[in-house]
Amino acid sequence: MATPATVHSHAPQGFIRKYIFSLDHKVIGLQYYFLALTAVFVGMFLSLLMRIHMIWPTASIPLVGEIKPETYLALLTMHGTIMVFFVLTTAPQGGFGNYILPIQIGAPDMAFPVLNMLSFWTTFVGFIVILCAFFVQGGAPLHGWTGYPPLSAVPSAGPGEALGADLWITAIAIFCVASLMGALNFITTTLDLRAKGMTLMRMPLTVWSWFITAILGLLAFGVLLSAGILLLMDRNLGTSFYVPLVVINGQVMGHKGGSPLLWQHLFWFFGHPEVYIAILPGMGVASQILSTFSRKPIFGYRAMVYAMLAIGFFGFMVWGHHMFMSGMSPYSAFAFSILTMCIGVPSAIKTFNWLGTMWKGHVRFDTPMLYAIGFVSLFVSGGLSGPFLAQPVLDIPLHDTYFVVGHFHLIMGVAAIFGIFAATYYWFPKMFGRMMNETLGRIHFFITLAGTYAIFMPMHYLGMAGQTRRYSQFTEVAYQTKLLPLQTFMTYAAFVTIAAQFIFVINLFWSMFKGPKASDNPWDATTLEWTTATPPPHDNFGGKTPVVHNGPYEYGVPGASKDYVMQTDPPTQPVH
Amino acid sequence: MATYTPSTPVDDIGQKPPAPPITGGGDDGRGGDVPDYGARLRRARLGLICGIATVGMVFISLTSAYIFRRGLPTFQGESNSYVRDWGSVDLPWLLLGINTAILLVSSISMELARRKAARQAALAPVTSIPGVSLGEEKNFPWLGITVVLGFAFLVGQGLAWGELHNRGFFVSTNPSSSFAFLLTVAHALHLAGGMIALVWASSASLFHRPVEARRIAVDITAWYWHFMAVLWIYIFALLGLAR
Repeated sequence: MATPATVHSHAPQGFIRKYIFSLDHKVIGLQYYFLALTAVFVGMFLSLLMRIHMIWPTASIPLVGEIKPETYLALLTMHGTIMVFFVLTTAPQGGFGNYILPIQIGAPDMAFPVLNMLSFWTTFVGFIVILCAFFVQGGAPLHGWTGYPPLSAVPSAGPGEALGADLWITAIAIFCVASLMGALNFITTTLDLRAKGMTLMRMPLTVWSWFITAILGLLAFGVLLSAGILLLMDRNLGTSFYVPLVVINGQVMGHKGGSPLLWQHLFWFFGHPEVYIAILPGMGVASQILSTFSRKPIFGYRAMVYAMLAIGFFGFMVWGHHMFMSGMSPYSAFAFSILTMCIGVPSAIKTFNWLGTMWKGHVRFDTPMLYAIGFVSLFVSGGLSGPFLAQPVLDIPLHDTYFVVGHFHLIMGVAAIFGIFAATYYWFPKMFGRMMNETLGRIHFFITLAGTYAIFMPMHYLGMAGQTRRYSQFTEVAYQTKLLPLQTFMTYAAFVTIAAQFIFVINLFWSMFKGPKASDNPWDATTLEWTTATPPPHDNFGGKTPVVHNGPYEYGVPGASKDYVMQTDPPTQPVH
Repeated sequence: MATYTPSTPVDDIGQKPPAPPITGGGDDGRGGDVPDYGARLRRARLGLICGIATVGMVFISLTSAYIFRRGLPTFQGESNSYVRDWGSVDLPWLLLGINTAILLVSSISMELARRKAARQAALAPVTSIPGVSLGEEKNFPWLGITVVLGFAFLVGQGLAWGELHNRGFFVSTNPSSSFAFLLTVAHALHLAGGMIALVWASSASLFHRPVEARRIAVDITAWYWHFMAVLWIYIFALLGLAR
């Protein structure tokens, strides 16, 4: 249980202990990363099928065949679930958090390496279980990633709601357990394994973001787990937590008296913090990269920390804004609305601080920096539609339209993905010892930026024009057919954007083996991961224990011999 | 960074002592080949606090579901009105009371086991000197007793579930019986996890693990066990007071 970080200072030699059931946080981080990379391609393929179906509803797709309306709903469910859990939660926290956090605080490993390994393999099992839902009788479930009962709670409610839905809930429960183990490990590591001199206010903002994300995960995933257990009981043990008296196909179900709203409360109490679990690590990475590539200290370090804490705190108080449609009391709706708009304050603080960091800096436009700027751009574009939806009076007409789809894809989906890309281009040299190709990186960036805006910006206009979301086709609905040209444009944009992702994959794998060798600190950065060898040795610092003397973003320090001072360099400020 | 002055002037007695030097961060005493058990214990306890927070959130959310569902009016077609369908479970109070007593006694024996393990770990450097003996310590198997009592509690809970079935309450009978089963089974599963940890901690001596490592295992299992006792009293009170 309490396997200490000091026990395994010698790297294991066997293939299985070294690469499969490894206890090394770096290997586990890469395992998480490649799991998320696999998942993102599955999720992206599903979205492509949906986009094709929307504009050519009768087209027969090779290997898949014709997409029926229920297949469309299954694609929608699995796309959302796989992307939210196995990509946006897995890559930024499990992947980069695992790889980088211990090195950035000067630790030889995570606090509980065995638990770390278990949490990865549990996540892996969860992913396999959710994929199985495609191949069972009836196929994948139809209830969307939010799994609202009674649809999700009654096995006879539709194709895919039988075994497929059981597998879906089980996969999510497994994922919850894995995330809880991971969160426990991140919190203990950050609090207990920091090197001498690494005070809380000297931690890089990336570490702060992973730490706060872990706290959110620790408090949120237990709630989803409980909600999932109640749902499984309703489905399999005949209880009525969520299911009222329902009649399906003329048949009265055995349930009575349950409330679908109970699920919505529990789900969104998890669901809203989950949004921040996806985006906070991206904020940390953007801060790190904007400071490094602007050659300036981060603007308002403490304000950035407090803003992230405030976002995490408010994140637990706003779940009701997902439920304005449910007929809640206007007083509750008012409270949720005000609290939601409060989140705009720390978000704006962060945005202004990012801009302030770049202001008058000697900005280096390398690919990681482009993606960090892209992150800020998407965060603003996606974030600005938030205050619209935070108001019940606007949310009610917009809620079931494409406006919401555009909003959450920009802010939670693509912005978080840009955070993952930024982190990949930034830490790739440290992780693999080679540089990624800069030209391919830039091409990838510009196509992806333009492409994602082309896909998701028109959704806002579609929503305002009244185009409903979750409908499998629009070609038969008179007033919606007028909007088809815009949908067609979005589908073509999706083709181009998805094609551009293969540039990234080629760049990733080609550079891993053929890229030019990277130095230990190719970006002239200051944090601890750049003080060690590239790639880092098994115990991260080759038997040495770093001692920290400086803050994380000491760029352009007056009187210093170069334009940056590393965290382990002699102190820049006299001790007083 | 404050400057640390080791000597305190006499006339400063009663004043706030000078702040110790801020070394910052986690100076966890790494380095060297000797594992630092103090740091390991602290780390394990920190991990346990996070684990308890997680289990706490699970039961807090189940409680909120309990209260929500309890107060929920249900539409009844026959009378065309809203009624409460909560019902009331006829719990076997005596049996549950005995189980509670067993669990509380097991918590005491667990605490005694924890203190014994801490004492053994503290005295290990002395007793390891050849020829030095601290006298015959009573070797009472507190851990073993805790395992037996924990097992007795689980058996008792099993009997309580059987009794509920005899009285006609099944998991799907009404929402209150659903919650009664859910909460007690969820607690029993968590306690069973504690039992596995207990067995693992008691078997540590068989595998010649150092006494300090055994102490850490016993220590965190003990705190978890106490948490399980507190959690059980909470569930017991919830089922009794919010019927």
